[in-house]
Amino acid sequence: MWRYLIPGAIFVVLIGFFVVGLSRDPANVPSPLLGKPAPTYSLLKVEDPQLKVSNTDVAGKKHLVNVWATWCAECRHEHGYLLQIASEGIAPIVGIDWKDELPLAQQWLSQLGNPYSATGFDVEGRTAIDFGVYGAPETFLVDERGIILCKRIGAMTDAVWQRVFKPVINNQAPDKAAMDAKTTCIS
Amino acid sequence: MSVELGHFALILAFALALLQAFFGLAGATTRRAPWLGAARSAVIGQLVFTAFAFACLTAAFLRNDFSVLYVASNSNTELPNFYRVAAVWGAHEGSLLLWLLILVIWSAAVSVFNRAMTEVFIGRVLGVLGLVSGGFALFIIATSNPFERLLPAAMQGRDLNPLLQDPALAAHPPLLYTGYVGLAIPFACAVAALMEGKLDAAWARWVRPWTTVAWLFLTVGIALGSFWAYYELGWGGWWFWDPVENASFMPWLMSTALIHSLAVTEKRGLFKSWTALLAIFGFSLSLLGTFLVRSGVLVSVHAFASDPSRGLFILVFLALCIGGALTLFAVRAPRLKSDAGFAIVSRESFLLFNNVLLVVAAALILLGTLYPLFVDALNLGKISVGPPYFSVVFLIPMLPLLFLMAVGMHASWKHGKLASVRTPLLSMLAVAAVFAAVFGLWTYSHFSLLSFIGTLAGAWVMLSALIDPVSRLRAGHSLSPGIIAMSVAHIGLGLFVLGATTVETYKIEKDLSLTTGQSTQIAGYDFKLLQMEKVRGPNYDAIQSTVRITRDGNEVAVLHPQKRVYRVQTSPMTEAGIDYQWRRDLFVAMGDDLGNGVWSFRIQYKPLVRFIWLGALVMAIGGFIGVLDRRYRVKTARVAVAADGTARV
Repeated sequence: MWRYLIPGAIFVVLIGFFVVGLSRDPANVPSPLLGKPAPTYSLLKVEDPQLKVSNTDVAGKKHLVNVWATWCAECRHEHGYLLQIASEGIAPIVGIDWKDELPLAQQWLSQLGNPYSATGFDVEGRTAIDFGVYGAPETFLVDERGIILCKRIGAMTDAVWQRVFKPVINNQAPDKAAMDAKTTCIS
Repeated sequence: MSVELGHFALILAFALALLQAFFGLAGATTRRAPWLGAARSAVIGQLVFTAFAFACLTAAFLRNDFSVLYVASNSNTELPNFYRVAAVWGAHEGSLLLWLLILVIWSAAVSVFNRAMTEVFIGRVLGVLGLVSGGFALFIIATSNPFERLLPAAMQGRDLNPLLQDPALAAHPPLLYTGYVGLAIPFACAVAALMEGKLDAAWARWVRPWTTVAWLFLTVGIALGSFWAYYELGWGGWWFWDPVENASFMPWLMSTALIHSLAVTEKRGLFKSWTALLAIFGFSLSLLGTFLVRSGVLVSVHAFASDPSRGLFILVFLALCIGGALTLFAVRAPRLKSDAGFAIVSRESFLLFNNVLLVVAAALILLGTLYPLFVDALNLGKISVGPPYFSVVFLIPMLPLLFLMAVGMHASWKHGKLASVRTPLLSMLAVAAVFAAVFGLWTYSHFSLLSFIGTLAGAWVMLSALIDPVSRLRAGHSLSPGIIAMSVAHIGLGLFVLGATTVETYKIEKDLSLTTGQSTQIAGYDFKLLQMEKVRGPNYDAIQSTVRITRDGNEVAVLHPQKRVYRVQTSPMTEAGIDYQWRRDLFVAMGDDLGNGVWSFRIQYKPLVRFIWLGALVMAIGGFIGVLDRRYRVKTARVAVAADGTARV
């Protein structure tokens, strides 16, 4: 008899999760790290796995940290724009290649062009977790002292770069109009 | 004015749905024939008013009535007429109206083609369908009214999402919804059978064609969506394991299981409660999909503008519908006893394996899809589950399913004697193995174990599906549509497996930058960028490149991939250039402008990629042939009902 109750019981549990899930916005990840030091990392360098990539490489510089992966379609979309940001020379971009395969990542950089000053190979996703990443791509703006100033979930756009990130880099206030739910900065 | 009439018609349709539910269910309980008749009339009335509401919305699109918020948000005077009609279901509100319209059409079909079943049973089915359509009509009226006015009216519309400006938009949602919503019929039938406490062979025989028709629409709809994503999203992938894709794929797996389980219930009177449960699951998953897509609980590329009140409404509706059905199941299913037994080697047990594996596959996909939600709800953080999980996990139940299928098709009911087919089966396996080995090594000159297994399984399923019809024809028997349907559908699956395996193993993708006059080689083809020019479409501007493909100096094709910017929404869109043959696609998509006339390009060689959609189409054709089987027609069914001792009221 009791086995006929199993489907219903599973369903009740599911509904419970949905009720909790409804009250949350999955795209709105609170950023406990905003205003806090960026997590430390030391990863194999994708471009040359003999070398390491770590915080000390970019210490003392305002820089971007961009989390990407070759399996992420949105990252491919974003890639061209990252190349443009890199060409502006305002801030170096550290890449975090998230849960990926090394040959694919190397192929990606050699074929699409490499906007990164260096890319760390985060095969287990530890560093991404430390950064509080829940999906790729994500981009962080980190200041000279290693404090996270801004966070962008999803592909970087021209509006966000020109009107939010760039002003913050230049110690100006970001344009509130360009800040959507996926973009947050310390106030 | 007609917009208000449309709104009013929708409210009337809601009222009629409630009447349909009341007269159907109460009429069946009290056995009052006039009430049952009233339920049938209410269905027709609901159809008339829903269709009228739909027509009013379509008319508002065609005459660019930007005083209607929904039209102003999703259309534009520059939008071609064809897309104005398709834009009716291009966003949340209108697509729900389409959902409702299709459900009502299905209900009307049930109220007309039902002579094999008792009036009381049909009354219950229509009653349940009335509850479902009433819930959806209320959902539209209360939270997602497409007829809402915008005052003052907009001068110009915001245009249809450029991604959706494609002929596939006209066909993909209606086909998919027809399948999705069609699963409401077996659901309602299962609930009605549970109410009556009786689920017999005649019931299964009647539910089978409805399920098959819903399934075949679902198959074609999903395949079309996959094809659309392939050429429109611009990256040449054909399946992304996006939550919304999963939402359509889980009901497909479940209805596939249901079709097979119904066969057992019809032929042998077994698996009764299991069949009822699958029928409930199938529609539950399609409602669940609607919830996931519309409520914004998950992140997806198909994101509809989400709104918590909508999510809450669907959740309550989901809880009532599915919770009610499962409660009824818990109370009544123990009564659905099956008295017959079967041997370990028999068609019954193979179909049981089929069911278990399909349900496991659906459960694994459900787990992956909902996992981010679970983790978030438990405050364990935010995570995303992507193709690395699904691609691996999906193979675990699917590979054994294919091999069991090749054998199981030949097991007979009750006591399977596989001895008579052992020789042809094993020789087909040998042929498939040789084919798989030669195919990999010779055609693509490298070997991979997974693709060998995939090709072997696909080829064996196809060859095995031919054994039965061929031997019957040789013996001078004619083939019943049922046999042909089974063969064709399984051959379709084999084609799909072959295509999916081959393209995933042997595809070649190359990202590179090109400037006019440069060329590159892939898979023996030479791609040369001849020129780049600006072109102007009706509502977009584009940069179009001309790429000539040659092989050994002979021209193969000239492609014109584009990068479009739609003028209203200013979002860039990639229009890929594709040259297709049955054995391969050559795919050229433009990436980004790298400056100085240099563009990044993505060039791909996709062997057998067309087999994926061809396979799905062949599966659907198989389903269609199955529906034509003579035993589903009224006369024979009636005799069969009488033979089963079930009298009409």
